[in-house]
Amino acid sequence: MIKKRYILNFPPQSGDKPLSYQLVRDYDIRINILKAEVYPGKRGSLLLELQGKKENIEKGVKYLTEHQVICEPLDKRIHFQEEKCIDCGNCTAVCFAGALTMSKKNWKLEFDKSKCVVCELCIPACPLHLFEIDFR
Amino acid sequence: MPKIKTYEEINQKLKQGKAVVLTAEEVAQMAQSASPAEIAEKVDVVTTATFGAMCSSGAIINFGHTSPPIRMEKIRLNGVPCYEGLAAVDSYIGATACDPENPAYGGAHVIQDLLEGKDVVLEAWGKGTDCYPRKHVRTRINIDSINEFTLFNPRNAYQNYNVAVNTTKKMIHTYMGTLLPNLRNATYSTSGELSPLLNDPDLRTIGLGTRIFLGGTQGFVVWNGTQFHTTRPKNEYGVPVTNAATIAVIGNLKEMSPEYLQAVYYEKYGVSMFIGIGIPIPILDEDMARRVSINNRQIETSVLDYGTVGMPKLEQVNYEQLQSGFIKVKGKKVRTAPVSSLAKARKIAGELKEWLEKGQFELSKPVQIFPQNTSLNSLKETEVEHD
Ligand code: SF4
Ligand code: SF4
Repeated sequence: MIKKRYILNFPPQSGDKPLSYQLVRDYDIRINILKAEVYPGKRGSLLLELQGKKENIEKGVKYLTEHQVICEPLDKRIHFQEEKCIDCGNCTAVCFAGALTMSKKNWKLEFDKSKCVVCELCIPACPLHLFEIDFR
Repeated sequence: MPKIKTYEEINQKLKQGKAVVLTAEEVAQMAQSASPAEIAEKVDVVTTATFGAMCSSGAIINFGHTSPPIRMEKIRLNGVPCYEGLAAVDSYIGATACDPENPAYGGAHVIQDLLEGKDVVLEAWGKGTDCYPRKHVRTRINIDSINEFTLFNPRNAYQNYNVAVNTTKKMIHTYMGTLLPNLRNATYSTSGELSPLLNDPDLRTIGLGTRIFLGGTQGFVVWNGTQFHTTRPKNEYGVPVTNAATIAVIGNLKEMSPEYLQAVYYEKYGVSMFIGIGIPIPILDEDMARRVSINNRQIETSVLDYGTVGMPKLEQVNYEQLQSGFIKVKGKKVRTAPVSSLAKARKIAGELKEWLEKGQFELSKPVQIFPQNTSLNSLKETEVEHD
């Protein structure tokens, strides 16, 4: 069993297809909806955590893709304006996932996106507001 | 008799490119194997630095006169209120000033916008008099259009600072960052052994007129800072174990660099400004050598509970522990995080070292030493009759 997070973008016409139902029934994937923005008749997006067997999740994602749903692993959607960072460390105070840490060697910020659990605490914690979770 | 170097001798060596300059971290390293006497013999100047949020900062601006002239009695820069009680077109914009409607953009941001060469909207009102008939002006200004643009910070470079924790059940938002409930994090803010006033704890060489690195150019220490407190408890190495002395500094903003000044906004707290300060410490004698040799293990500070009224002290820890990533508070292992930039402080200490080595920076002897035996009053509230 693994857990993976995806941002799903639905095309306007797919609104009424029970895609998530298929995922549960055919691929035995448990779905945890973390965030949803669905506008009837327009594009919609979902932030999902998929839990299941690795090969089933892969099959499920393939299935969604075949139905014109764009699936992106979440790490692509966290924006950090690294070039403006002053390495103050404020964000590391709140990042309990250990994604944001200070290098003990040069005291610069290190961001390991694979560890991020999207708790969003770093967004208000950075006094330069360099983090954005881009959820479209 | 131990050897005593004078400012003149050190400056002479700096000019000839013969002086030995180390950063405070380098000298702390050297002190592991060298005695203060040896360090005093070998080293001439030690550079210290800090880059952290310093709320008591701001800029003096002279806008120039309009024709016909106006006496600016209410002034806004990009909507941020500035001080209006200084003659006709002088003003002071405090880093933390803001329009309550727009709390995330404040005086620090105005200073930064000007510094970066951006246009800023000046709006001012006056009542109109014979000398100053004009009643209103609204125009754009920039760093080249204004006359003086002087950074003047009444309180900077705190000598040591508390560690902040929160024992309550609610998350709190402070100038020490976001403090999670139930002692789940601890934040600290000085650069430890690199911090300026910790390397000269009795302020023998830092006084009125000391030339310093300020915001990327050369500035000066012009007074003791506000809330100057020299009688805090000290540890066995002679450093105060909580916030103590401070300095007031001044410098020409037109020569400064946005790399060493940064406006910030702390969520639910307000605006502040990161200021880059570097102070060179001349190794006049063995005593100064001993002072600058101090290391992170020897510098201690107090852990205060920011969630509880009166901010009780819970623990005393040292900077080696703080920088290790964890401290113990009330028996609990607590994760630490810095809230000032050690990386940038190192860069400043390195840059100042380079200026000194190239003979581009002359040390100045304080023309006056700061007061001793000071402490603080709190504001006592007394009954005031209505009239
Ligand atoms: S969202 Fe949470 S886990 Fe991810 S980087 Fe920010 S603080 Fe860390
Ligand atoms: S809080 Fe912002 S500026 Fe500070 S280290 Fe983190 S990302 Fe960089």
